[in-house]
Amino acid sequence: MIFDDFFTRALVAGIGIAIVAGPLGCFVIWRKLAYFGDTLAHSGLLGVTIGFVLNIDLSLSVFVISGIIALLLIVLQKKTKLAGDALLGLLAHSSLAIGLVFIAILTTIRFDLIGLLLGDILSVTTNDIIIIWLGGSLILLVLFYIWKSLFAATVSYDLAKAEGMNPEISNYIFTVILAGIIAISIKMIGVLLITGLLLIPPAMSRNFSTSPIQMMFFSIIGGILSVVIGLFCSLELNTPSGPSIIVASLMLFIISLFLKKGMTIVQKSKI
Amino acid sequence: MKKNKPLVKLNNAGFYRDEKWLVKGVSLEINKQEIVTLIGPNGSGKTTTGKLILDILQPDEGSVSLNTKQISYVPQKINIDWAIPLRVIDFMNITSKLNKSKIIESLELTGVDHLIYNNLLNLSGGEFQRVMIARAIAKKPELLILDEPVQGVDFNGEIKLYNLIKEISDKLKCGILLISHDIHFVMSSTDHVICLNGHVCCSGTPNDVAKNPAYIELFGETAASAISLYRHDHNHTHNEDGSISK
Repeated sequence: MIFDDFFTRALVAGIGIAIVAGPLGCFVIWRKLAYFGDTLAHSGLLGVTIGFVLNIDLSLSVFVISGIIALLLIVLQKKTKLAGDALLGLLAHSSLAIGLVFIAILTTIRFDLIGLLLGDILSVTTNDIIIIWLGGSLILLVLFYIWKSLFAATVSYDLAKAEGMNPEISNYIFTVILAGIIAISIKMIGVLLITGLLLIPPAMSRNFSTSPIQMMFFSIIGGILSVVIGLFCSLELNTPSGPSIIVASLMLFIISLFLKKGMTIVQKSKI
Repeated sequence: MKKNKPLVKLNNAGFYRDEKWLVKGVSLEINKQEIVTLIGPNGSGKTTTGKLILDILQPDEGSVSLNTKQISYVPQKINIDWAIPLRVIDFMNITSKLNKSKIIESLELTGVDHLIYNNLLNLSGGEFQRVMIARAIAKKPELLILDEPVQGVDFNGEIKLYNLIKEISDKLKCGILLISHDIHFVMSSTDHVICLNGHVCCSGTPNDVAKNPAYIELFGETAASAISLYRHDHNHTHNEDGSISK
């Protein structure tokens, strides 16, 4: 079977993640949720530990824990007057710390901590591929369903609310699917760098997009390119997969800056 | 919907935030084909009242009953982040699904159809307001709420847009709430003026309100004549500074 080769598995898994991360990442940038994504990802480590202890699927436990952290954040936001970023930092670092403490206590289970933090292509199994593609399809389906209302709320909450788009519900659902993408990509990219894959391809894509749909499309393309280039480098240079993918996406971002500059010069010369 | 039922009815509504009542005891109703204008100084709770009507805010006392779902809103301010590549045509469809000819038709009404593929961030303040009004009327609403709709629009445009709003009200037979701090421009076609200052300080036809002592106290004599000024009752002349000499 073609999935026998670990590298093929990593490619198939990575491309699946990139396809889902593109559109979600656009919303993360538009809604200024970068640090929120980080917080969910950091809590992922705790999710992994709990998954090990209870012996359940890691994606599932990460999804549940990230989801709980997200809801906790929403509750805390209503209860305290602490600024949003401070609250996020509080949750991000305390959940990361709790995860690390747990790992240290659980001496009976052997952990590949670096693998968890930075991603490990060797760890991707056929089962993971199924979870990524099934889970990913589900996430995209949900996003498609709430798209109109979520996008309206992103542009203007008041407008969306006034004109009957139910922005609260779509905000909650978006938080849940964000926890979902983190859950399915944690093995591949690692806790520390998932937000990078969510943010950098859309940031690149923004440089030459004129409409929201276009930006999503280019984000997907950028994400796939990052994964493919990153994984090949990872194989050739024996570097961890997560950082390699992120470095590749950064390169694409830098190239996009030059392309944009070039486009602007061409436009100006026409006038 | 029953014919005699108002589109929206506020009954003694109040909104409390940060240890004070932003508005209190506001009662009003907007019916089909009626233009209601909400005036008042800065911080008098005009926008808050609008948001109570639209269910963006929920009242802490009293009640709001909204009897239509076809609502268009022109908020006072929208900040669009650079990260969202949003063209006028995308924005027009943000809460609805209109075909391109309908979109162009509405943009033509407000005189900005040539900007359809421009990014919203590249529009001037006045152009952006025109796009917002076009978007609101394109939806053919039953209730149209406009919060300072002509801010940043040039003088000629202002009159045209006010006339357009009047036309829309006749054509769509919708109810309109116009929020404005610009008392010099309360339209002659307004059916009902509500003067707000944390509470309803007076209300009635533009003429009644202009004569009301509470209104005169709030805005001063100059303002009192402003409404009749618009109605071209030239029983006085204006000095250069805008004050009035009989």
